[in-house]
Amino acid sequence: MARQSVHIVGASLAGLRAAETLRRSGFEGPVVLIGDEPHRPYDRPPLSKQFLAGDWERDRLALSPEDRFSALELEVRLGVQASGFDLQTRTLRTSAGDETVDGLLIATGARCRSLPGSEHMAGVHVLRSLDDAETLRAELAAGPRRVVVVGAGFIGAEVAATCRGRGIEVSMIEALSAPLARVLGEEMGAVSAEVHREQGVDLRCGVGVDGLDADSNGRVCAVRLSDGSTIDADVVVVGIGVVPNTEWLVGSGLELDDGVVCDSTLSAGPGVVAAGDVARWPNQRFGETMRVEHWDNAVEQGVYAARRLLADDDAELEPFSPVPWFWSDQYQIKIQMAGRIRADDQMEIVTGSVEERRFAALYGRAGRLVGVLGFNRPRHVMHYKTLIHDGASFDEALAASL
Amino acid sequence: MKVVVDFDLCESNAICMQIAPDVFEVRDDDFLYVLNENPDEGDRARMEECVQRCPKQAITIED
Ligand SMILES: Cc1cc2nc3c(=O)[nH]c(=O)nc-3n(C[C@H](O)[C@H](O)[C@H](O)COP(=O)(O)OP(=O)(O)OC[C@H]3O[C@@H](n4cnc5c(N)ncnc54)[C@H](O)[C@@H]3O)c2cc1C
Ligand code: SF4
Repeated sequence: MARQSVHIVGASLAGLRAAETLRRSGFEGPVVLIGDEPHRPYDRPPLSKQFLAGDWERDRLALSPEDRFSALELEVRLGVQASGFDLQTRTLRTSAGDETVDGLLIATGARCRSLPGSEHMAGVHVLRSLDDAETLRAELAAGPRRVVVVGAGFIGAEVAATCRGRGIEVSMIEALSAPLARVLGEEMGAVSAEVHREQGVDLRCGVGVDGLDADSNGRVCAVRLSDGSTIDADVVVVGIGVVPNTEWLVGSGLELDDGVVCDSTLSAGPGVVAAGDVARWPNQRFGETMRVEHWDNAVEQGVYAARRLLADDDAELEPFSPVPWFWSDQYQIKIQMAGRIRADDQMEIVTGSVEERRFAALYGRAGRLVGVLGFNRPRHVMHYKTLIHDGASFDEALAASL
Repeated sequence: MKVVVDFDLCESNAICMQIAPDVFEVRDDDFLYVLNENPDEGDRARMEECVQRCPKQAITIED
């Protein structure tokens, strides 16, 4: 039976791209877009980059210009939170009342993990939403003596870079032996560490945070580390990963396991699909069940999941099996990565050099090309991404000239 | 339909080129070139996909 209506929960990247795809595919029924933030869909990557730097204002963050957004003719419900769903009765519970839904697209993304015990301490921040970014930006503008970034993942690293760009002293704490060691391997992790230190970041690796100290006003003033040292801090930014927003689906009848569990076509149940940071699915290309927290994945999944919802539940669809790809901008370096890199993969630099901070590195496993990392080599990364997609061997990739 | 790229935003990651190599090309000099600024009306869906997928929001369609 043809789809009558679609409810999209989560009014951000995946949800918006899904709505656009429904309309572009000719779907004319009601499309309801529900989001708990008060803002129209906006782009998150600039929040740690241009917006935090003070170079961009919020009007530059819209994911769709106003006229195009209205042309989609969505029923937009902002500031409304979904609190429950029942697969049997197809009841969606929201802070604005219950409704019965036909097609449901889950795109509730993820939220930041917080440092236990620091949730309500003044001066301690996470960075996920526009509101987070505005608060943090105001703190940076007030001229803190030192910002301590906890976690040297991509968000932490970008915040550190942006703070340095604003001339602020930064310490960054990383539990691993090097930033991103688990994602890029030890060798490239060490390169990343070098970059931060060159830029004047006081980077401490292999240590954990024991706790935060507050002054008499309840505002953070120091970070205590597991090696016994203490760093004075006016502002602390916690970047220790995210957790998918699935609590509202507990008891819904959908399977949850660090995300909404989907099949290889992003279907989570009859007439229910998931997309973006919240979705976990078997990516057959890599023989691995994954949940991906990248911008491009949210777009591709939003597009795919919308099409999935318009097809019959038992329709045979090409499985969703992309080569994950993402970027991160730190200092003057544009990092891009494609594929699935593991710390113990074979690694070889094929273009440029680490010293000039401009290179492409290939990662191989069991004779296959599985990943590529580029520093200021966007074109090369895309080329090798295609080779990964085509199932090239590691030797073929090394021999390919560009 | 007119396709416009904001070259201040574009970072030459060639996402658009993967979707529409006949319209967008990132060359050896690492710059993006728009090969056809006025794609046919029938190509709108594909151009909209390029707009959606551009991570830097650098592509716009002017009617
Ligand atoms: C600061 C920052 C910088 C980033 N930089 C990069 C980058 O450089 N490169 C890259 O590839 N990726 C980057 N990302 C990641 C990228 O932005 C995410 O992968 C993307 O936003 C995921 O989109 P989504 O729609 O799945 O989820 P989200 O963007 O998380 O959106 C989910 C939405 O659903 C809402 N919601 C949650 N629960 C409910 C509920 N119960 N009811 C109603 N609404 C709900 C949330 O409030 C949110 O608005 C960055 C992310 C951040 C935060
Ligand atoms: S997708 Fe966007 S950023 Fe990438 S090359 Fe095309 S226009 Fe430039």
